[in-house]
Amino acid sequence: MSLDLNGLRAQFPILSRQVDGKPLVYLDNAATTQKPQAVIDALVNFYTQCNANVHRGAHALSDEATRRYEQARDVVADFIRAGSRQEVIWTSGTTEAINIVANGMAQRLQPGDEVLVTEMEHHANLVTWQQACLRSGAQLKVAPILDSGELDVDAFNALLSPQTRFVALPHVSNALGTVNPIQSLTASAKAAGALVLIDGAQGIAHGQVDVQAIGCDFYAFSGHKLFGPTGIGVLWGRQTILEDWPVWQTGGEMIAKVSYECATWGTLPNRLEAGTPNIAGAIGMAAAISWFMSLDVAAVQAHEKALLASATEQAQAFEGLKIIGTAKDKIGVLSFVLDGSHPADVGFILDRQGVAIRTGDHCAQPLMRRLNVPGTARASFSIYNSLDEVDVLFKALKKAQSMLA
Amino acid sequence: MTLPGSDEIIEDLSFFDDWEQRYQYIIDLGKSLSPMTPEDKTEERLVRGCQSSVWLKSTVQGEHLHFDVESDAIIVNGLLALVMAAYQDKSPAQILAFDIDGYFQALDLERHISPTRGNGLRAIVGTIRNLASQPRQ
Ligand SMILES: Cc1ncc(COP(=O)(O)O)c(C=O)c1O
Repeated sequence: MSLDLNGLRAQFPILSRQVDGKPLVYLDNAATTQKPQAVIDALVNFYTQCNANVHRGAHALSDEATRRYEQARDVVADFIRAGSRQEVIWTSGTTEAINIVANGMAQRLQPGDEVLVTEMEHHANLVTWQQACLRSGAQLKVAPILDSGELDVDAFNALLSPQTRFVALPHVSNALGTVNPIQSLTASAKAAGALVLIDGAQGIAHGQVDVQAIGCDFYAFSGHKLFGPTGIGVLWGRQTILEDWPVWQTGGEMIAKVSYECATWGTLPNRLEAGTPNIAGAIGMAAAISWFMSLDVAAVQAHEKALLASATEQAQAFEGLKIIGTAKDKIGVLSFVLDGSHPADVGFILDRQGVAIRTGDHCAQPLMRRLNVPGTARASFSIYNSLDEVDVLFKALKKAQSMLA
Repeated sequence: MTLPGSDEIIEDLSFFDDWEQRYQYIIDLGKSLSPMTPEDKTEERLVRGCQSSVWLKSTVQGEHLHFDVESDAIIVNGLLALVMAAYQDKSPAQILAFDIDGYFQALDLERHISPTRGNGLRAIVGTIRNLASQPRQ
């Protein structure tokens, strides 16, 4: 089966809009993806048909909202092959998911312990661990990358030791597109006795994620990078670990028994989900996942490969353009600089031509310093982009180059 | 090329009907700003946007405020030149009285000075207006 790209694009209403009189060419998918009608409908339907608070009401609407909300959890559990639905914790996004883990870990780390991250972290998976180390007296170690933007696996392994209590690394780098060999890295880290968190913000939207096969202890991701709404995300964690994980926020929904003197916590997943959750967001995220799972994954992956291959080929042929991040295994991202031009200027001129990319440090300032660039221009592709749009990107870049010369 | 006044810029820009010419004009305006010396580009004078950075140095010259500005991005330099056309060597009262948002609207560039743009321009305008509203000794 091949991909019906026109049919796919037609499901995304925003893709037919114009910017400054030009057709929108949306190449900022690593920042957030657009939403198919099925997701928009799920949100509208929830608010028009069954809005109520969950787990509380003694009425039909609340029952229905609760059922849909908990079904959404099942959809996520299936999607990532979680061991059980209790392992799926709703969060506001990847950032909150990592914070739950880092905050809990900060209470368990001691001076002498080490936390290992990589040089390609998004700030969400760096500053969180840096702060957990500062609070606990543990030491933050950073596994270096090679100039290609690939993790230096030997150096990573050499940094693992009995002191390594925790390892956090990205599935896919948002700034470079590097795909990490998370399965083997996780195996090494586990062999050293560490807990492992995979930042799946960029990894989740490109195909099957099987948390059992990866072997990690935590996997974090956001709905909005997976065709779902903003403000919703997931922390997946092993049940045995989450069962007594230090609670993150306290309040309603997460308690068992409360007196003025003390309180006891409820069971999973609620113990890590204080307060009224993002009910519509969870339902919207499940709609996005169901929609995504209805696609032919192999065809989608082949199409994404073709997009990046075409972009890379045109970039290599483009005089004065330097690709930042040339890992062998890459997905979805072309990061680059144009000789003598600031990335912000490039983004500016592309924007005027209807081409949306991101420029700057991509929330990875230490990585930019490592690569010796002030920032990059980043075109990031999703399944609904066309090869024609890749061509438009390079035509627009030619214009930028001549105007900025 | 010396910097034209803000009225002149509004008039100049209204002649162009395609965006390329408009941006070329803005880029060229930016090139007319005198570059700052490396010593002047200190950390304290740096306004970091998430996409580009701007340095701002201000000096009181009699009744007027004088500014040296520079960005690492050339279009931001052009936009800074537009700001300078309004604020350079003006009195604090003149600076405070100037309707900068209306000016950028008239130039059809309000998008670029909006608080959400990460180019540091809004912060520069805020800093300049703050300076202008401080009482002088
Ligand atoms: C690799 C990576 N990690 C974490 C995040 C943070 O995700 P969110 O802002 O949705 O919490 C992002 C988002 O840009 C990302 O790309």
